[in-house]
Amino acid sequence: MTAAGPDLTLRHPVERFTLDNGLRVVLAPDRSVPVVAVSVFYDVGMRSEPPGRTGFAHLFEHMMFQGSANVPKMEHARLVQAAGGTFNGSTHQDYTNYFQALPAEALERAIFLEADRMAAPAITEENLRNQIDVVKEEIRVNVLNRPYGAFPWLQLPGIAFESFANTHDGYGSFVDLESSTVEDATDFFSRYYAPSNAVLCIGGDLDPAETEVLVRRWFDAVPARPAPPAPAVGEPSPTTARRGVVEDRLAPAPAVAIGWRVPDPVGDLDTYLGTVLLAELLSEGDASRLERRLLHTDRLAVAQSSYLGLFGDPFDVRDATLLVSQVHHPADVPVDRVLAAVHEEVEKVATDGVPVEELARVTARTEAQLLQQADSVLGRTLGFASAELIHGRAELAGELAARLASVTPDQVQAAARGLSPDTAAVLELRATGGAAR
Amino acid sequence: MSAPVLDFSLIPPLGEPRPAVAPEVHQTTLPNGLRLVVVPRPGVPLVELRLRVPFAASAPRAAATHAARTALLASAVLLGTARHDQLEIAQLLQAHGAELSVSADADRLLFSTTMLPDGLDAVLGVLAELLGAPTYPAGLVDAERARVGERILIARSQPGVIARSALAARRFGAHPYAQQLPEAELVAAVTPAALRKLHRERVLPAGSTLVLVGDVDPAAAVDVVGTALAGWVAEGRAVAAAPVPTLVPGPLELVHRPDAVQSNVRLGGPAPGRTDPQLPALRLASMVFGGYFSSRLVENIRERRGYTYSPRSSVEHLMAGSSFTVEADVATGVTGPALLETVYELGRMALTPVTEAELDSARRYLLGTLALGTATHAGLASTLSALFGAGLPAEWLAEHQQALAAVTLEEVAEASRRWLSPAGLTAVVVGDAEEVADQLRVLGPIEVTAPAVEPVPESLA
Repeated sequence: MTAAGPDLTLRHPVERFTLDNGLRVVLAPDRSVPVVAVSVFYDVGMRSEPPGRTGFAHLFEHMMFQGSANVPKMEHARLVQAAGGTFNGSTHQDYTNYFQALPAEALERAIFLEADRMAAPAITEENLRNQIDVVKEEIRVNVLNRPYGAFPWLQLPGIAFESFANTHDGYGSFVDLESSTVEDATDFFSRYYAPSNAVLCIGGDLDPAETEVLVRRWFDAVPARPAPPAPAVGEPSPTTARRGVVEDRLAPAPAVAIGWRVPDPVGDLDTYLGTVLLAELLSEGDASRLERRLLHTDRLAVAQSSYLGLFGDPFDVRDATLLVSQVHHPADVPVDRVLAAVHEEVEKVATDGVPVEELARVTARTEAQLLQQADSVLGRTLGFASAELIHGRAELAGELAARLASVTPDQVQAAARGLSPDTAAVLELRATGGAAR
Repeated sequence: MSAPVLDFSLIPPLGEPRPAVAPEVHQTTLPNGLRLVVVPRPGVPLVELRLRVPFAASAPRAAATHAARTALLASAVLLGTARHDQLEIAQLLQAHGAELSVSADADRLLFSTTMLPDGLDAVLGVLAELLGAPTYPAGLVDAERARVGERILIARSQPGVIARSALAARRFGAHPYAQQLPEAELVAAVTPAALRKLHRERVLPAGSTLVLVGDVDPAAAVDVVGTALAGWVAEGRAVAAAPVPTLVPGPLELVHRPDAVQSNVRLGGPAPGRTDPQLPALRLASMVFGGYFSSRLVENIRERRGYTYSPRSSVEHLMAGSSFTVEADVATGVTGPALLETVYELGRMALTPVTEAELDSARRYLLGTLALGTATHAGLASTLSALFGAGLPAEWLAEHQQALAAVTLEEVAEASRRWLSPAGLTAVVVGDAEEVADQLRVLGPIEVTAPAVEPVPESLA
């Protein structure tokens, strides 16, 4: 047994300061490889979108790559890539991020690029029409033209939650996307992309004092604007079981997803950590409870997984959120047999608890995965940034392995008691393509 | 608000590059013929393990059966050993943060995992059992076979997989590389006895390479591996794939997928291998054409015309042949125009020079991402496993970097002419033929086919 022996806290020092315009800055130096990562996290995500503007947070993410005050279209990519770096952005439920990983000598260039578009992205009619087309192709490739494309991340929330913020399609309807205007985009920018609504996190091969000078050189000039009020994304816990069905004409076999409301990941982190290990205990690897039961003992399924948050990262979402168990099963296995087996396995944990040795193994595996993620400068930097934005403490990212190692079997048992069939949301996917498969 | 011209005086210049530390590679060959590569490096307290076993089909006529058996072997090898059952194996690994995944392609079997550093003994012990004493228990193999069959059906419903399979079939003909996914019907016929025989004949230490990277002491690792795997002795020789044939591209194949809302456009042709002196120039040509966001193809069919989300080109290496590949998933209504622009950009590469700025950008990007990709335990372990598996020394990495740094505009032009010419590429489109056939016929002859759907085997239906 290996868990809990070594010191599991990642001791990367974290320094932070706030500019006069409200931008929060986190520096996480680590000079072991000559690489830096620069990331900006804006506190606006799919759950911030108003009715009629589904998919807008993601569409706007695309607009941030269309050039800015001093950077023509295509040049953002060229300036990063021609320096030997990579870049991307992504839209999540509660934030939108932009990041580069580059050789250390390109640090100031990346800081300049992020500051330039935080000040003034090039929102033009031509760019907007072009990116609406690109986003529609993204949705076609990831959702519409493939089996299981929206399952369950775009389809389960509609059954599991009540409020528009939580239930709507975050990729967006084509109607909403196509009717988006330049005015919508400039309003969105002005409301949500204020420096006071963002975290700049830089990690890797950097000197903190020199980096602070560079950050102030380029970001001090971005005008201050008030941060918007936090969107209301919490909602009361469900009191009933809900069930829905989707048809997928491209899928060759059925699937089912179960979503349970879980404790507040931020306000009640200690309780939530029990849920994090419960998801691992249920589904991670060949030794997990559901893998054993569904695939090997009862032979009901071909694949299973459980995770927290719709994007699979337990620590980058706010309340309200879900533990999701997803099972792909053969057509001749009735879905209710699958559901009964899943609920029974959860019930066993709730009733009998978890052996200490089993939890130690699960914890060891979870720690290894956290460490693996933290091995790349970019992975580590994004972890610090989301911990700062969502939890208010970048340091948390380095402490997670140690925090998880101190979770007790009782906490995991208590987490399982929260996953009742009576308050679960169930989404069945029926394969309706028939012979076309 | 848009800025038409880039004023370089505003852009912060790049600083002095900081030297990268070359990995400290320790190599040795064990008495049983296994090559061991150990690379200690700072970073997180983990060790990454990759064991690569050569696993190519021995002959073209055996390829389909071999692929089916290999697919099942890769998941069934974890079902039990003489000493431990499947659950015990999983638990032994999990206790040290490990989880073995076993994957197969047309050249090799690959065992990979990460682990906490104190787990090295235990994980190697489990690995030794899996290599030397797997049981392939009949009842469990039956269940695994059914699952593998279902997973193949699910994979074959993905348009990207249909497109990749169609391109491979057309490019490689009777060669085993034509087989992208095994046929579910053949998987359904694989017996435990066949798996045991395949394992005995092909899971051999000679020719295999074990790579360990991370928080590991080289001298101690040699001892631990030597002790743990000393009992893995098997007679036999590794089999490598025969050279790929040179086929003349036929007309574009349009694979009919009714009601598809997108078309999956794929073009592919041969490329220089890892030791071919033209490889660095071709890699740079591929970057300029469509290898990264700053490329001509992305600027044209994504950022100017909005036809597609992520068009790309790449150079891939298998043991017996390398490939240059172009991919774009485009809206059904613009399938013809998207192919036209793609062919135009290929032709422009082959016939007209690239600029100094394009070459410099591609070069810095390739060198930078090479450094990024090997800056983690996992990235370096996978890179070294592929290199050693291809019979190349660790020095290849540094030599390839030097070669990339020296490529000239003329060399890029020459490589483009030879490898990027659209006339030399095989083309496949997966899409709704009723919507796109007429568009595509404008550009040249096409052949319309149906996707290679196979009957569902009895045991799965």
